[in-house]
Formats: sequence, structure tokens, C-alpha cells
Amino acid sequence: MSAHEPAADPPPAASPAGTATTAPKPEEPGERRSFGQLLRQSVTEGNSFTVTVLAIFAALVVGGLINAFTNTTVLHAWSNLFSDPGHAFGQAWDTATGAYVALFEGSVFNPHTVAALFQQASISAAVHDGYLSAVFGPLSETCVQATPLILAGLAVALPYQAGLFNIGGQGQFIGGAIVATFLGYAVSLPPVIHVIVCVLGGFVGGAAIGWIPGELKARTGAHEVIVTIMLNYIMAYFLSYLLAYHYLMQAPGTVNPITRAIAGNAHLPQLFGSHLRINAGFLLALACALAVWWLLSRTTVGFEFRAIGKNPNASRVAGINVERNWVLVMLIAGGLAGLAGAAVIQGTDFTLNDQSFGTYGIDAITVALLGLGRPLGVVLAGLLFGALHAGAPLMQAATSTPVDMVEVLQAVVVLMVAAPPLVRAIFRLRGGGGSLLVLAKGWNG
Amino acid sequence: MTITERVPTVLDSAAELVSPFRRWLAPASFLLLGLIDIFVLGTFSHSGDATFAFSGALDTVTVPNLTLAAAVTCYVCGGITIALAAAWAFLPFGLVVRRVTIAVVVFLFIVSLLCWADAGLSTSFSIVNLLQGTLAGSIPIMLGALTGVICSRSGVINIAIEGQLLFGAFTAAIVASGTGSLWLGLLSGALAGSLVAALLAVFAIGYRVDQVVLGVVINTLILGLTGYLYDGVMIPYQNTLNSPATFSAIKIPLLGDIPIIGPVFFDSTIFLYLTYLALAGVQVGMFSTRWGLRTRAIGEHPVAADTVGIRVTSMRYRNVIAAGVIAGVGGAYFTIGSVGSFGKGMSSGEGYIALAAMIFGRYAPFGAVAAALLFGFSTQLQSILSTLNTPIQSNLLLMTPYIVTIIVLAGLVGKVRGPRAEGIPYVKG
Repeated sequence: MSAHEPAADPPPAASPAGTATTAPKPEEPGERRSFGQLLRQSVTEGNSFTVTVLAIFAALVVGGLINAFTNTTVLHAWSNLFSDPGHAFGQAWDTATGAYVALFEGSVFNPHTVAALFQQASISAAVHDGYLSAVFGPLSETCVQATPLILAGLAVALPYQAGLFNIGGQGQFIGGAIVATFLGYAVSLPPVIHVIVCVLGGFVGGAAIGWIPGELKARTGAHEVIVTIMLNYIMAYFLSYLLAYHYLMQAPGTVNPITRAIAGNAHLPQLFGSHLRINAGFLLALACALAVWWLLSRTTVGFEFRAIGKNPNASRVAGINVERNWVLVMLIAGGLAGLAGAAVIQGTDFTLNDQSFGTYGIDAITVALLGLGRPLGVVLAGLLFGALHAGAPLMQAATSTPVDMVEVLQAVVVLMVAAPPLVRAIFRLRGGGGSLLVLAKGWNG
Repeated sequence: MTITERVPTVLDSAAELVSPFRRWLAPASFLLLGLIDIFVLGTFSHSGDATFAFSGALDTVTVPNLTLAAAVTCYVCGGITIALAAAWAFLPFGLVVRRVTIAVVVFLFIVSLLCWADAGLSTSFSIVNLLQGTLAGSIPIMLGALTGVICSRSGVINIAIEGQLLFGAFTAAIVASGTGSLWLGLLSGALAGSLVAALLAVFAIGYRVDQVVLGVVINTLILGLTGYLYDGVMIPYQNTLNSPATFSAIKIPLLGDIPIIGPVFFDSTIFLYLTYLALAGVQVGMFSTRWGLRTRAIGEHPVAADTVGIRVTSMRYRNVIAAGVIAGVGGAYFTIGSVGSFGKGMSSGEGYIALAAMIFGRYAPFGAVAAALLFGFSTQLQSILSTLNTPIQSNLLLMTPYIVTIIVLAGLVGKVRGPRAEGIPYVKG
């Protein structure tokens, strides 16, 4: 952060929030208000939780409107608006809500599977025929989708606390996935050890890619945003290169850009039997979130991370080695994103292809932002977006709403969360305060 | 950008001491390139000559082909490169000499690469095609980078260039196809770019959201929105909504007949001419007009600008939204300037490349455009080499501009310093 900034940009967050809380004091200092009043006040004041919930609600409304105005069936109904207005609005409502119902059924709970379960003769038969699994299938799928989102989201959230913006989730994901896959098929190890070796390999692979922007920023001041974006492309091409030659990583006997399947010993164990895809990767993600929380709030290193995130100049004066912390935080973040790659390969995919990285890198940013850069928030946001991803295929199949709707919803939620004044204005909430996310700062910092 | 700038008081005395990492980065890179010239490209090249063609079969004035002995040329290029690396390491080079040296090294490397690729082949390598394709293919990057220059100079980080390109491409395709008018398509593409810019401006300037975060989120939004509309609206009505015509090339009389230069610079679609116009406009506007002076003022020191009566906030709004028009035109090139129909995510990260080109080009219009051409060149080179059946590893070649960008950012050509107040919202008071 440049030295002149305090003069140009006084932090507007603290003072209005402070006056808002102290304002009611002079009226009735002795009187205790009821719990209901307190609850109502805290909701209407627009704290971070309320704003987040309302942002999600607003995004759903926006998504529903987009859906209602672009669906071909509804467009036909709109053309008859004046002859039959009720039909047009009814169609629009049905389309918008139908998509969300399908999204919910695909990600949380589908009534039809429960009905099918209760038609079974006995519980044991139901378990044996997979009906019970069908009930929990959507939830399992949500957890599976959330696993890489949480891990990669932590990879954005942790440097965020240290004042760095890691857009390199994709490159680090690829780095981890390459190492985990290679160790998965090229090495032969006993069951448990193989899993651990591959997961650690994924961490190291991602950390190596995350280290580069950190080291360059520390040594030369090269901005991490640009370096990580460049590394995303470099790693994507590097992956294509590895998958183009049989003597590198391409599977023998194929012309497709894909590796051999990893050994069975390297698979992350499934938690609830073979019918449900949920696997130990989800536990790994939760453990990492816990570890990041512990690191940030209970260790000296974490304290230094947060200190340089708040004010690198003051930290330097206080004797913190800012550069070394930049390198360290990017190293750990890269490792977390690498774990996301390992979790996808070892948990569900078992092979690596040139599209394995998907949109995890960008999705991770939205997860971290919605989670306000905190570990618990990242887990919740990861579960929410994981649910969107899990439900999207059913939504497309049932209501022909394109899966891209999920990306729109994610982006709108984060836009709203990033601008609380907008949410407060829409829903007429009281209270002030600045952005929930960090205050804007320049390139030069 | 650097440590020394961040803490001027503490590290001022150390500022002159260049770290060994930075001191040896450039010579080491040159040495590596020279060794590649000699040992990879020279030794492994097929025996035989490489032939370069400088004019097409139908040109009125033709230039004779150039034939070089491939291996020998590679050895010579490599030798010169290594000599330059040594000179860089031990002689005090000035700024201009350094830049020329880098250009020469890159040029020699490309010559070696082309010799290696074409050695022993019966077909000649068309330099004109290479340059023509480079220029046309770089149009979105060049226009995107110019947009970035205006925004940055105004003090707003624009990472949403990618979204502006993509939305411009989408809107141009759907309007040109729906109305049957290419010009309406171009116009609406430009407006689409400025619409995304307006979204950026409202959140960045109005709500003071962190601009790096914001840009990434807007790109996600546009990627999702265009993908959604593509599947939901364009696919069902492919024939009416996603089959626009494309602009055809306009050859400028006289200028277009000059050998080499004519076909490369003056025989292209309206988009290339608009790019010239934008480049000239931004260059002149930024450095020779009152608007440019004010723009640079609000990007460097908004408080001072405000003191002398410039309305910082409204000027930032206007600049960002107007700059969006340029990126919108660049996006329209993807569809109605090139392939016609829209495809999901067809800007494929070129907005991010434009951003890199802008920084690479030191926030100057000409620099940004030159950097954009470098990126376009490597893409075009790769696509031509892949048709020549050379054993080139195209993925490694495609990787090079990104690696070069990182090397440049790491300080190979000195520090790149952005406008002081870039990314910092202005709060009047």
C-alpha cells in the first residue's frame, strides 16, 4: 500500500458503525429491551449476516427474472400479454420457481426418492437396493462439489487476510493435480500410505506454483494478481503439453489428452458406501478450514499474516518480515489449491485430463468473497455454491434452464455482498458501515 | 510496485543497490535463449535451407524470396544473443540500449525458430501471412489494452476487460444477426462494452468496492450470462440470432499496393482501421489535450485535481464508461469481424492478456499496443507452425508470452509504475 494513502483515503468503515451502536444509549440507559426487539434491531440494522442472506435472496430474484424473460415458452406467453396476461405471468412464475425447485431437488432433498423409499417392504431391502442412497444422493453430491470449492476458496481467503489477492487457484490446482495423479499411477504403495503420499504430493505441487508469485512479489514487487493470472495460462498449457505425449503423462494407447487411472490404493475412501460419492476429501476440506482458522487466530504466523494484511508499513516498522510472510502465505495457499486438485483426482475423477481444472479457480474467488475471507464463511459459501453446482444438471434436465445460471447467481451474490450499501438501499435497512470486504486498495500495494 | 517505493524513507539508500536476482535475470534469460538458438534449434534442425516469402502470388509488386541456410543462421543468431548477454552483464547499458537489446534478442530468437521450422521444407514460409494474422488476431487485445490504459490513467483498475470483450462479442453477434445490419451490430457491441464498464464504474466508483475483486466478479457474471443466453436463446434460434455476416476487408487504394506493408497494414477489415483510430486518439488525447491532462491528474493525485476544480468522480465515471466502448468494439471483432457466430466464452482470456499488455506497455498507448502485438504474434506463429507439420511443441510456444510477461513484471526492463491513485476510490472531503 502506498505511503500517501492514509491522507487520500481515510477508512470510512469504522466511524459510522461506531456511531450507529452508540446512538440508542442516551435515550433509556437503564431499560432492558426484550429479546424480540434486539433481534429485530439486529436484523434491520443490516449486519454482515443479514446482508449476506439478503444478497443471496436478491440474486435468486435476479436469476428468476432473467430466467422468466429468456425462456422460450415464457417468451411465447409474453407475446400474448394483452390477450391473456394471467397466462404470461403464470408461465413466468412457473419457469422461475420450477428451476429453483429442481435446483433444490438436485442438491438437497428430492421428495420422489423419499416416496420411493417408503414403498419398500423393509429397511434392509431399501438399503440393499440403493433407495436409501438415493435419498441422500443430492446431499452427498453437494458435499462432493463443495470439497474443491472449499479447499480452493481457502486458498483465496488465506492470502486475502494477508492483503494478497490470489487469482491463481487454477494454476495451483493444476500443479497439485499433476503431482497427485503422477504419484497415483506411477508409484505402488500400500493402501493408506498411498492416499497420504498422493495428498501430500498435491499440496507440494500446488505450493510450488503458489510460491512463484509470492517469491516474485517479495523480491521484485511484481504484482501477484498479474503473475497468478499468467501462471494460470502457463499451467493450462503445461498440462496440455504433458498430456500430448505418451512418454510424458498421456495414457498409453489413446490419442485423447488424458492420463492413466490412478491406483485403487490412492483413492480417497468413500464415507457411506459405494452408492454415494461423498468421500474423505470432504473431511479433508473441513480439516483444512479448521487448520486455517487455527493458523489465523491462534498462531504468531497467523497474527503476522493479518497484521501485514491490515497495514504492511506498520507491520514492517513493528519488526515483521513482510516479504517472508508474503512468500509463506502464498506457499500455503498454493498448497491448499493443490489439495483441491488432489481431492478431485483421488476422490471422484481418478484420471487427469486437460479440462480437469474446470472453473474451480474463478469459483474459488466467489466462494472466498462470499465467505468474507473467513474459514467458516468459506465452508458455508462452499456448501452453498457446491449445492448450486450439484443441482444444476437436474435443473437443466428438468426445466431446460442452462447450467450457466449457476455462474450468474454466484456472481450476483458476490456483487451484492461486496456492496452492502446497495443491499441496504434495496431492502431499506438501517445502519451504516462500509464494505464487508476489505476496503479498496491500489495496484501499488 | 516495488519494496523500495512502498517504504521510501526506510529503504531509500538501498534503492540503488539492485538485488543479484534482478541483476542476473536478464543476462541469464538471454544466455538461455542463445543456447536454445544454437543447441536446440541449430543442431536439431533438418539439413537444408529455409525459404521466406514476402509477397503473395497476386501482388502487383513482388519482393523476391529470401533463402537462408537454416543451421548456420541459428548458430549466428545464437552467437550474437550470447554476446549480447555478456555485454548486458558487464557493460552499463542505458534504458534505450536495453530496450533495443531486448528487441534484438527476441527478433533473433524468432528468426532461429522460423529457420528451424521451415528448414528443408519445399513450401516457403509466408512472412506476410504471419504478420497479417498477427495484426488481425491482436485487435481485441490491442483495443482491450487501450481501454485499460484510459481506465488506469483515470485511477480505476479495469480487470473487467474480459467481460467487456465477451459481452461486446455476444451483443454484436445477436444484433447483427437479428437485424441483418453489421453496422448496427458494431454499434451495439460498442454499447455493450460500455454497459459492462458502467456496471464496473457504479460499483468501483459509487460503492467503492475493491476493484480487482470487482473485475473478476464481473467477468464471472458476464461469462455466466452470455453462456446462459447462448444455451437458452441462441441455440434454439441459431439461424436468426446467431448467424451474422462478417465485415469484409477494405483495401486502401495506393497504400494497400506497397509490398509487405500494404497487405499487412492497409488491407483489412474496418476493425483494424478503428484500432489505428483508437490508438491515435488515445495517444493524442492522453498527452496533448486538456482532457488527457485532467485524466492523468485524477489518476495520479485526485486530491490535487479536485483542489483545482476537476470533478474527480464524474470524470472517472465518464472515462470508464467511454473506454468501455473501445473494448466493446474489440469484442465485436470476435464475431462480426472474424468468425461470425458467437461461441461460449469465446474471448478465452484475451481480456486478461490485454491487462498484462497494458502493464507490460507501461500504461502508455503505444507500449500497450506493441505488447498486445507480441501476444498476438506468438498465437499466430503457433497456428502457422502447426500447419507446417514441424515438430514444434505448440503448447510450449503458446506459453512463452505469459512467461515473458512475468519476466518483464519481475523487473527485466526496469520498474513499471502505475498511476499513483490507481484502484483507490476517491472520497471527497
